[in-house]
Amino acid sequence: MPTNLVVFYLFALAAVVGAAGVPMSKNIFWSAMGLLSALVGVAGLYVLLSADFLAVTQLLVYIGGVLVLIIFAVMLTSQIKEIEVSNQNVGLVSGAILFALTGTLLCFVAIWAPWKVVLLQSHETTTDIGNGLLGAWLLPFEVTSVVLLATLIGAIVVARKEIKED
Amino acid sequence: MMEHLSLSHFLVVGGLLFCFGLMTVLTRRNAVAMLMGIELILNGANVNLVAFNHYVAGGMSGQIFALFVIVLAAAEAAVGLAIILAIYQMIRTIDTANIASLRQ
Repeated sequence: MPTNLVVFYLFALAAVVGAAGVPMSKNIFWSAMGLLSALVGVAGLYVLLSADFLAVTQLLVYIGGVLVLIIFAVMLTSQIKEIEVSNQNVGLVSGAILFALTGTLLCFVAIWAPWKVVLLQSHETTTDIGNGLLGAWLLPFEVTSVVLLATLIGAIVVARKEIKED
Repeated sequence: MMEHLSLSHFLVVGGLLFCFGLMTVLTRRNAVAMLMGIELILNGANVNLVAFNHYVAGGMSGQIFALFVIVLAAAEAAVGLAIILAIYQMIRTIDTANIASLRQ
């Protein structure tokens, strides 16, 4: 078995097992840990797809930012003594049926569809991403900065404590 | 077909991540857990984008698209968690079955 296939299976296993833990674990903290494993696995897959900049961004933004936020929210909103029931499931049977249907469909399409694969040279991507963001994708880049500003203000306004006037 | 690392490998992983995310969003009662499901769905889509960029399209468009998805997912998580914390401060629960005051 070639080395890159072994590495792929390692990261894919981390991603899929972690993702499976998110809907199935009893404790919401373990769901967050499963999400951590899934995000690390996806970052590894990005490296295998020669998207080095994206892999580092995944680690910085998702694991350093989003996951820490989520764990903060978990800690702030579930009481420790009732953490066993903090993560209820409803309709697990219908969820499993839906999972089986969509999973079979997506895997079938992924494996049997005749994708037009071309062999491309892989190269370092950071320069091209930088040039692209300031060239062809300049407008979405600027719009994204406006979205981030709106998010910043919106999150502060929503989450702050209400100051009563009286 | 399965002895070499191919596009299908990555598409299967992306599809499985999407399905687990969908299952999380549909079956969880906890609002934070539903947000985790949304993150999983976006990650599955991102794996597909980067895989197609590497194997089919070439260039940079797939990776830059994935970058925008990551940024918007971070923004969505920040606003979503702020809303959840505000709801928790108001009615001391984040169970989505109990957040029904708009219905009355």
